[in-house]
Amino acid sequence: MYEGKNEWALEVEDLTVAYADKPVLWDIDLRVPKGVKMAIIGPNGAGKSTLVKAAMGLIKPVAGEVRIFGEPRESSEGQIAYVPQRSTLSWDFPTDVIDVVTMGTYGRVGWFRRSGAVEKAEAMAALEQVEMTNFARRPIAALSGGQQQRVLLARALVQGAPIYILDEPFQGVDAPTERAIIEVLNGLADQGKTIVVVHHDLQTIPEYFDAVLLLNVRAIDSGPVAEVFTEENLRLTFGGRVGVLAASGADQL
Amino acid sequence: MDFFADYTLRLVAIGSAVLGATSGALGSFAYLRRQSLLGDAVSHAALPGIVLAFMLTGSKVPLVLMVGAGLAGWVGTLAVQLIIRRSRVPYDSALGIVLAVFFGFGLVLLTYIQKLPNAAQAGLESFLFGQAASLLKRDVVTMAVLGATALVVLILLWKEFKVLSFDPDFAASLGLPVRRLDGVLTLLLVVAIIIGLQTVGVVLMSAMIVAPGAAARQWSRRLAPMVLIAAAIGIFSGVTGSILSSYVPRLPTGPTIVLVLSAIFLVSLFMAPNRGLLWRTLRFGGLRTAPDLDPVLMHLFALSRQHPDDPEHGHSVAVIQTMSPPDDKVVAALERLADRGLAQRTVDGGWAPTPIGRREAQRILDRETGAGS
Repeated sequence: MYEGKNEWALEVEDLTVAYADKPVLWDIDLRVPKGVKMAIIGPNGAGKSTLVKAAMGLIKPVAGEVRIFGEPRESSEGQIAYVPQRSTLSWDFPTDVIDVVTMGTYGRVGWFRRSGAVEKAEAMAALEQVEMTNFARRPIAALSGGQQQRVLLARALVQGAPIYILDEPFQGVDAPTERAIIEVLNGLADQGKTIVVVHHDLQTIPEYFDAVLLLNVRAIDSGPVAEVFTEENLRLTFGGRVGVLAASGADQL
Repeated sequence: MDFFADYTLRLVAIGSAVLGATSGALGSFAYLRRQSLLGDAVSHAALPGIVLAFMLTGSKVPLVLMVGAGLAGWVGTLAVQLIIRRSRVPYDSALGIVLAVFFGFGLVLLTYIQKLPNAAQAGLESFLFGQAASLLKRDVVTMAVLGATALVVLILLWKEFKVLSFDPDFAASLGLPVRRLDGVLTLLLVVAIIIGLQTVGVVLMSAMIVAPGAAARQWSRRLAPMVLIAAAIGIFSGVTGSILSSYVPRLPTGPTIVLVLSAIFLVSLFMAPNRGLLWRTLRFGGLRTAPDLDPVLMHLFALSRQHPDDPEHGHSVAVIQTMSPPDDKVVAALERLADRGLAQRTVDGGWAPTPIGRREAQRILDRETGAGS
């Protein structure tokens, strides 16, 4: 179903996750080819954030396994750069922009050591990519929503990982930020990085992504946008509630 | 009475300074991780540990009692973890349960041993509110060694603790062992608490954990200055409280330290630049919205722009709810917007922004887009 691609960046097999007996993800199978930009879409409570967290090992599944470039997830730390949902963080934390971005290097700086000039330079380079150089010394409490999102993206950039997972990066950001993020993601895809984005705006799927997973507790379908982003699949995922949105989204295909 | 001449005062002041520095530095992390109540639960949970340690060993050597206190406090945190993992009891309730059960058990044990026919147990009840005058040189040495060890571990794991406190999920995605780090940080908090039990006591110890960090946050924008300021506030309160209580007859040391600390906290809360209440009232008093109301107002504004000829057209709560995160309390936000004159109910039961609300929304929009690019 993916043309000319047979190497998987991320494989999820038989994944089931439950919170207090209630399954939030049921028997998910997913294969993300290397170098693809994939959106995960589904209604509220579909388990989108849970899926990406389980894929990274942040949540313990009831069953199932995750492989990264063919290796078990447990033995491949540091392969995924993660951009969590902006709203889940405490932005009142006493720190500034450059410090948050430098956190992306903490995985490789090593125990008992401090990040130094090299790490700071990497962080500044990442800030330049998201056009936030002038904000390096700004306390994070003083940032707008769009600026917060750019900082989180910059922090993921300095990780230099082959896979990027972003949870709702366009939620509540201004239009220039949305364009800036998309440009950075396109640049990463050109370098052969694999990108997985939890997304909620159906209209922009065909423009922004080349693969999609439709999720509603179960995996409804996944594959190239042209094949699986269909009205039928959207109805199965969202349950007929998105008639207007679905029609306009699917029309662009 | 001269500070440098009075041996007891000097001892008490040094002990209180050690206690203030340790609880200030580690309490900052508890404050930032919203674990202030955990400090309260741990210190109360330490009481049965102190009494049990005495009952088992017959000794009142501080190290023995501190180990007992530390073990009981640690068991208390494990009990909290167990309750929230195995039941639907929320975190704050689990803390309350553990605090009450352990403290109650400690009081029962304390009352029981006081009825025993020997006098060896005398003085244990001073752990309730602390008795700084009972500090001996060996006590202060024990406190200093424990405190220095805790602070060295804090410095060694500084960047790990920072990223753990700011964004634990991201820390885990970096490959850091977050559960073990969380355990170490909690253990350090337990150490900071048991250091203070003899001076300040189990009841007031949580103030020593929470207040320095909360006060220091008002004066600092970065983590390292905040932790240093918190430690300095802890030291200052400890020393000042010790001196005051030695000059004024019958003034208890522990509670006096906590009162000095409270005064510093209140001054910080009102007077600090940028974050202080006085400053904020002077500077932001004219603003009509609170930050968490902004998104709802913006949604309402976006909806109203779909009806340019009828900006007062009503929009249903359900529509605004779908535009917001699922657990947002949209109705409450709308009502608070209405209180501020920014939104109003329409005749058909919907909601619309008022003219002032639309102007405010436009202003927020200008600010966001102006600064965002």
